[in-house]
Amino acid sequence: MSESTVIEARDLGLTFETNDGPIHALKDVTLTIGKGEFVSFIGPSGCGKTTFLRVVADLEQPTAGKITVNGMTPAEARRARAYGYVFQAPGLYPWRTIARNVTLPLEIMGYSRAEKARRAANVLELVELEGFENKFPWQLSGGMQQRASIARALAFDADILLMDEPFGALDEIVRDRLNEQLLALWKRTEKTIGFVTHSIPEAVYLSTKIVVMSPRPGRITDVIDSPLPAERPLDIRDSKAFIDVAHRVREGLREGLADAV
Amino acid sequence: MRGSAIPVLTVVAVIVAIWYAAVIPVNSQWVLDQAGRAGVEVTTGELVRETLSQDRPRLPAPHQVVAELWNATVVEEWTGPQGLMNTGTLSPRSLFWHAWVTLSATLVGFGIGTGLGILLAVGIVHNRAMDLSVMPWAIASQTIPILAIAPMIIVVLNAVGVTGLIPKAVISAYLSFFPVVVGMVTGLRSPDAMQLDLMKTYNASRPEVFAKLRWPSSMPYLFASLKVGIAAALIGAIVGELPTGAVAGLGARLLSGSYYGQTIQIWSALFAAAIVAATMVAIVGMIQRYTLRRMGMEQ
Repeated sequence: MSESTVIEARDLGLTFETNDGPIHALKDVTLTIGKGEFVSFIGPSGCGKTTFLRVVADLEQPTAGKITVNGMTPAEARRARAYGYVFQAPGLYPWRTIARNVTLPLEIMGYSRAEKARRAANVLELVELEGFENKFPWQLSGGMQQRASIARALAFDADILLMDEPFGALDEIVRDRLNEQLLALWKRTEKTIGFVTHSIPEAVYLSTKIVVMSPRPGRITDVIDSPLPAERPLDIRDSKAFIDVAHRVREGLREGLADAV
Repeated sequence: MRGSAIPVLTVVAVIVAIWYAAVIPVNSQWVLDQAGRAGVEVTTGELVRETLSQDRPRLPAPHQVVAELWNATVVEEWTGPQGLMNTGTLSPRSLFWHAWVTLSATLVGFGIGTGLGILLAVGIVHNRAMDLSVMPWAIASQTIPILAIAPMIIVVLNAVGVTGLIPKAVISAYLSFFPVVVGMVTGLRSPDAMQLDLMKTYNASRPEVFAKLRWPSSMPYLFASLKVGIAAALIGAIVGELPTGAVAGLGARLLSGSYYGQTIQIWSALFAAAIVAATMVAIVGMIQRYTLRRMGMEQ
């Protein structure tokens, strides 16, 4: 394991026992994620991309293989608060203002009052929600709510940000804007990001590494190191390099499905 | 409330009209018997007038009940020899006094029942053994008719020297803890898997999950339960007054009314109980609106 390895999975497997027999959510997944990488997981439903993220977060237990997060087991990493997790839905508490939603993890982790205020202001500025501190979640649009939930995940400044289809429920225009903001945020904070998505353009636009997965059993079919430059305006999506990567992702997805059927 | 006054008043008017319409046939037999014995004919007008103004009607007319409510409260306290104006204390003949006797037991019982209900719900949600064992007993407790168990509670408590308000409050608590348990178990379990996972990613302890997620999530459920619970507590207190030959309280008033065939007294006591219940439910509703608005959960 090199100095800069953050997440390392080796022959990772996860089988759910159900009444209809075992379901292989993950099988022989081997993957290394280095510090500061932006890694997207893409694949059809049931390919295990969310399950993999949940294993990293210690929300699911693998049944085979080994995984380390920051050199620790996922459980140890979770206890060490090594990552922030953004779910598909914002999941803000309706009885808390935006600022108090963002400071929720800080309360649990025992930060001082002044530190909570400082960090809340800091991360709300990162997601461009200054001025909304005292609004309640229902007063914000869906996109703003999801940004607030990202701010909440960033508040305790973990090195790893795990995002499970955070923009899946939003329309494409909002999604483009949030993707741009997320890239800017990633550049400023130098976090390691694991990002689950259904969308090929989103994966290609955001990532330094794209992990293509396929279902039954959930496995990795291709890992693409993106040749795109670090500087990525939205119109990079019309460039030849972008279209080539997107093509390779699409091919990977098609092969995975062909194997499975 | 705006715009709803007319429909509400319409419904009230319809109920009153049906009530008056029912009074005439129900009470007419007595009028006809009296007339038959006296050997006189009664006209329809006389029949109607007679049925609406009997001393001990089978079914009192609405205005008789209202008049009794007024006389047994304001008039009694204002002019009665034992009334508030003459003695400085509530008259033992007034409905205010009887209502207060019942209400005090109701509030004590409601407090006990709510506290017990919340504690049981917290236990059920956090402890698997309690989850499996407590709920069946709670449900079984509610399948026993309260009329059957109330005298036993009073007799048993009496035997150990507990009398007065407490036995009635215990019966109130017995009825009011159940909706609180059911509502709070649902409320404390209302956070979905994602919200619980989120707490897990923060490595939050169970007390923290309770304080920051489960408890606030359960507030709307708590208030819904409290509304049911306080009405049940009042019923418990009234039932607690029935089997003991109690001399005070709305239950005692109902009982003495039925001993002496004072139907108007029975009905006015029933209405007094309904007014007390409605007032308490309205107060809980106001606290609910205030709390949820302060929490930002009501828009």
